Amino acid sequence: MTEHLLLRHRDIPNIDQLDIYQQHGGFDAFRKAVTTMQPDAVIDLVKASGLRGRGGAGFPTGMKWAFTDKKNWPHYVVCNADESEPGTFKDREIMERNPFQFLEGVMITAYAVQANLAYVYLRGEFWQIASQLDRQIAELEAAGILGDKLFGADYSLRLRTHLGAGAYICGEETAMLESIEGKLGQPRLRPPFPPSFGLFGKPTVVNNVETLTNVPLIVARGAEWYRSFGTDKSPGVKVFSLSGCINRPGNYELPLGATFRELIVGRGLGVPFGHKIKAIMPAGASSSLIVATDEALNTPMDYESVPKVGAQLGSASVIVIDDSVDIRWLLDKTLHFFKHESCGKCTPCREGTYWMSHLAERIASDHAAQAEVDLLYSVASQIKGKCLCALGEFSIEAVLSGIERFKEDFVS
Amino acid sequence: MTKLVSLTIDGKQVTVPEGTLFVDAAKRVGIDIPVFCYHPKMEPVGMCRMCLVDVGRPMIDRATGQPVMDENGAPKIQFGAKLDTACTTPVSEGMVVIGASDKVKAARKDIVEFILTSHPLDCPVCDKGGECPLQNLTMAYGPGETRFLYDDKLHLAKQVPLGELIYLDRERCIQCGRCVRFQDEIVDDPVIGFFNRGRSLEIVTHSDPGFDSVFSGNTTDICPVGALTTADFRFGARPWELKSTSSICSQCPVGCNITFNVRREAASGGKTVIKRVMPRQNETVNEIWICDKGRFGYHYTESDDRLTTPLIRKNGELTPASWDEALGLVASRFSAAGEGLLTLGSGRLSNEDLFNLRQLTEGVKGKAALYTHMAGGDLTAQVGVAPGTDFGEMGKGTAILVAASDLYEEAPIWFLRIKQAAERGATLIVANARPTKLEAYASHVIRYRYGAEAETIAAMTVDRGPTTVAGHPSSVADASKAFAEAENAVILFGSDGLGLEGSQALSAACANLLVATRHVGRANNGLVGVWSRANDQGAWDMGLRPLTVDRRPELQSAKAIYVVAADPFGDDPGLLATFNLQPATFLVVQDLFLTETARRADVVLPAQAFTEREGAYTSGERRVQRFYPAAPARPDTWPDFAITAQIAQKMGSILEGRVPAAVFTQIAATVAAYAGLSYRKLAETNDQWPSVGSGVRRKGLYFSGTAYENKQGVGIHLPLSPTPLPPVNMQSFHLQGEGLLAVPVTCLYDRGQTVYPSALLHQRIGEVWVALHPADAERLGVVANSRVSLTLGGAEFDATARLDESVPQGVALIPRSMGIPINGPEAVEIRAGERVVL
Ligand SMILES: Cc1cc2nc3c(=O)[nH]c(=O)nc-3n(C[C@H](O)[C@H](O)[C@H](O)COP(=O)(O)O)c2cc1C
Ligand code: SF4
Ligand code: SF4
Ligand code: SF4
Ligand code: FES
Repeated sequence: MTEHLLLRHRDIPNIDQLDIYQQHGGFDAFRKAVTTMQPDAVIDLVKASGLRGRGGAGFPTGMKWAFTDKKNWPHYVVCNADESEPGTFKDREIMERNPFQFLEGVMITAYAVQANLAYVYLRGEFWQIASQLDRQIAELEAAGILGDKLFGADYSLRLRTHLGAGAYICGEETAMLESIEGKLGQPRLRPPFPPSFGLFGKPTVVNNVETLTNVPLIVARGAEWYRSFGTDKSPGVKVFSLSGCINRPGNYELPLGATFRELIVGRGLGVPFGHKIKAIMPAGASSSLIVATDEALNTPMDYESVPKVGAQLGSASVIVIDDSVDIRWLLDKTLHFFKHESCGKCTPCREGTYWMSHLAERIASDHAAQAEVDLLYSVASQIKGKCLCALGEFSIEAVLSGIERFKEDFVS
Repeated sequence: MTKLVSLTIDGKQVTVPEGTLFVDAAKRVGIDIPVFCYHPKMEPVGMCRMCLVDVGRPMIDRATGQPVMDENGAPKIQFGAKLDTACTTPVSEGMVVIGASDKVKAARKDIVEFILTSHPLDCPVCDKGGECPLQNLTMAYGPGETRFLYDDKLHLAKQVPLGELIYLDRERCIQCGRCVRFQDEIVDDPVIGFFNRGRSLEIVTHSDPGFDSVFSGNTTDICPVGALTTADFRFGARPWELKSTSSICSQCPVGCNITFNVRREAASGGKTVIKRVMPRQNETVNEIWICDKGRFGYHYTESDDRLTTPLIRKNGELTPASWDEALGLVASRFSAAGEGLLTLGSGRLSNEDLFNLRQLTEGVKGKAALYTHMAGGDLTAQVGVAPGTDFGEMGKGTAILVAASDLYEEAPIWFLRIKQAAERGATLIVANARPTKLEAYASHVIRYRYGAEAETIAAMTVDRGPTTVAGHPSSVADASKAFAEAENAVILFGSDGLGLEGSQALSAACANLLVATRHVGRANNGLVGVWSRANDQGAWDMGLRPLTVDRRPELQSAKAIYVVAADPFGDDPGLLATFNLQPATFLVVQDLFLTETARRADVVLPAQAFTEREGAYTSGERRVQRFYPAAPARPDTWPDFAITAQIAQKMGSILEGRVPAAVFTQIAATVAAYAGLSYRKLAETNDQWPSVGSGVRRKGLYFSGTAYENKQGVGIHLPLSPTPLPPVNMQSFHLQGEGLLAVPVTCLYDRGQTVYPSALLHQRIGEVWVALHPADAERLGVVANSRVSLTLGGAEFDATARLDESVPQGVALIPRSMGIPINGPEAVEIRAGERVVL
């Protein structure tokens, strides 16, 4: 690929300076939207681009915006910058290095759903990024790009950053809304979904950082242009966070539909120390383990193809596991994470992750009989389909797939 | 009307209003879906996942919008991939729900197993054991054996006081959130909450004192495990050892239906004692709730200080005597007094007691008076709320005016019911001289100065008045318009800052307003007195009337005074000082305790507590309700009506003194409003939703909690007296004088005889206090929480000064029954106490 669309700082030095960003067309798209486009036209454009949410679920972004209830005001936009999935570090690079394109995306979204206030919700550890964004928001206000009556049009917009307090669950959109409201970060029952009942009970659009960073270019260059990247059902580009047993970990921007092999071997230069690749977790800790066969490595990374090898693309944080890793150890680590992060609101996840974590710890330390592996599998199965939110459902992916697909690691 | 939809639940056809939650729809046709977090009085949260069911919906052809049919012509049903939570799923037409399949059973077993992995299973020592939803649902749906390794079990603190009244056992908590939601949603005292996350999630209190809510005890009823227990009952008894008796709370005019649980126990020397008070369901009165005063305030009935034998003054000393001697003496002196007999009874007595009191007194042409600081019980009999009234039904279209009452303190359950009515859309108008908690839900707030209560309400009658309250953009004019235009309207008047004189004026103004706006004679319309005692309304109905405002002339001229369930000289020592109780005046006191008045009596007669006998009270809404004997009576005591009857007998007239039902029959024959009533009628019940915990079948235990089923009577709402109400002459009433004005206010927990013996409540009762505006305090040199001395009615008192911005300037609030006698507004002098210099 010749040009980065999201990690543009890799092509354009100092694009994190407002003037440099503007020299490269920055905020033209926002101005164009506000001054020449009806809000619905912006939504239609994003619909036409086929952009899908990059926070994990891959939900069509334009369609989500169109769901905002127009009979209930005000509307809010909340950008999900919680980025807490283990192995995911793409939003951070975008916000640190290409912040204005990101903010412009938030602003266009706000215009599209006619929100006058938008929040950027960052995980607590991102406090430095938050203060950097605060400065940049102030710059935009000073430059008249944010504020009242923008560009002479009858549209006003303010942005606010909001820091979480260190809970993975606050990346789940409704828990995040609760957190912004000052409450305990626990997911709400859905439906109703945020576009009808969101922040402070008002219609709210929640999107991921990366999702929104696509928007300025879509508005500037059109839906057709955007569709020239990626696949038919998963158009566009994606930042893949590559980590684990890999020679060159990092973020790589590739079109959706690029294969695991292109990413892991082509960009990441394979696994180190002559080891062999054993498994892939394509969506961080929330992934099933894919057996790294040739077929799997040749699978395109898009929302439709990854399920065919028994996993989800999710946030596309690809963790590579080589043959030096004992899957039992991996499950122990993963389950420790979920036990630690379960919000505790619903029974199966609260109790199940606790139980599984204890079992996995014993299994990993080689102190367990086969019966305990079976028990772990059984506990994971009985969590399945019963949780209030996806965290609990995610917590069993690695367990079920690990035990099913890597039986040899569990024979002691 | 809401649309009805039909669905099939486990093969049963059900038709319910659209939007009904599936869990409720099932319950209504007798199908139990197990729940832990769901509670029929609260919004669903879907947390515990116990209620999973298989939900199928008719397949709809996308193209035609018509249901797809199978080969038999029946609609094809499509089931979801996952099970759904019945508590969060509203029913829809044609739905097919399966709760009895193997898949669903397995899911329930799974959830119970998860809960049990971190449950201590200490049922043998758990207060909830025997009435525990978790126990029952484990028996019904849970696994028989554990697969969880004991070493992995989490151990947590087991005796965490959330406050001094409610204890938390952290190990037993299943994080259902019912307690938190009750406090947030139902009563809006959000003083407890969840803290931390995952398996560390715990209930904590945010208030100081801990769990600062007068409704806290209810959380122990709805907690589905033994995690929350009351300090009163914990480790007290096992539920299956308890016998239950229906009763009525005697602490305020709401008349909450309660159940006394009693046990005969070695710990009490083989006596049968009350172990706890539980709410008894009456959806039109208290639903399934009671306040903490009702729950914890009963201990006075079992106090060791109770009178146990008649006393006669001999050689200046009160000396134990036989009933025969005491009654004989009383009878002869009463006969001698004739029309000089003054009987003073209070609303603590039952209707039967009051009826007999009046019969006895009028038999000799004496005067039977009501001991009260409130007027208007005659007005409520004419323009009161009519039968069919239910605060639980009020919403849009109803205006509720609360005048001069701090309902949260005066009648907590009415506070709750009216708050909820306002949340359902009723127009709530709160008129008071100072802000009260209820104002948070009001659409109109009227602020007057103390003394202008009646004037303000009268202004509403003529639709004018400029009074506005900062922060509330409405005026008396707005409020009166809203009131007049409402389809239904109710007024509750209390006694915040009022004495008898002010109350006379206020009650008259309220009655006039209702008549003028035609809000009389219909259900959900009319006047309600927020009386200070449970049966004040009954006392008015039985014909007792207050003394004059001054009281002294009547007391002075009486030849014999018969004080029953009242303590006039204790409440007002000044009364005794300012008039001369003639040595010739024969004073008889009939009570539970040796009150200040009793200490001065010639004869003291020991009565029984309401827990030891039968009777009927009439609530502020004018609902007549029966209570039953719960605990055995103290030996050698009698119920008040019986004592009165025995005195009468010795005076040569016959009053019913053995069977309260027979007294009640006489009431029905004599008092027009009570015509046709009988104990049997009062014992009738009706169908109530939601089904509750106790009772033979205990079918509702897991659903609504441990509130008791109403099996012994929901009571009967009295009709209004047919005499039309002429416009009431409203005596003008003005406060005079300069300087600081002391006004009486009611606080729920006070030092009254029927509260203070509950040692459990002492921390809430606290020191005697007086509340001042900070500006007045500064002027007087009074520091917050310091001791002050005050001169009131010629006497000196000490108190702790509370500084409070919400107290109007120039006013000192003095709590009733806390140690400083105050009958009505009067001038007060306050001086900063001596500072201790170190
Ligand atoms: C447990 C959990 C954690 C999540 N964490 C994140 C996150 O850190 N960042 C994010 O963008 N979305 C996260 N999501 C997904 C969000 O709920 C939501 O779907 C997303 O922000 C929507 O934005 P999108 O449509 O742009 O993807 C998480 C979801 C779950 C269930
Ligand atoms: S699944 Fe886990 S994280 Fe989600 S609500 Fe339940 S306990 Fe909380
Ligand atoms: S204390 Fe009881 S009611 Fe409260 S969350 Fe725990 S189990 Fe539920
Ligand atoms: S509200 Fe009144 S009647 Fe009800 S429990 Fe409390 S004190 Fe008793
Ligand atoms: S989830 Fe339905 S009862 Fe708890």
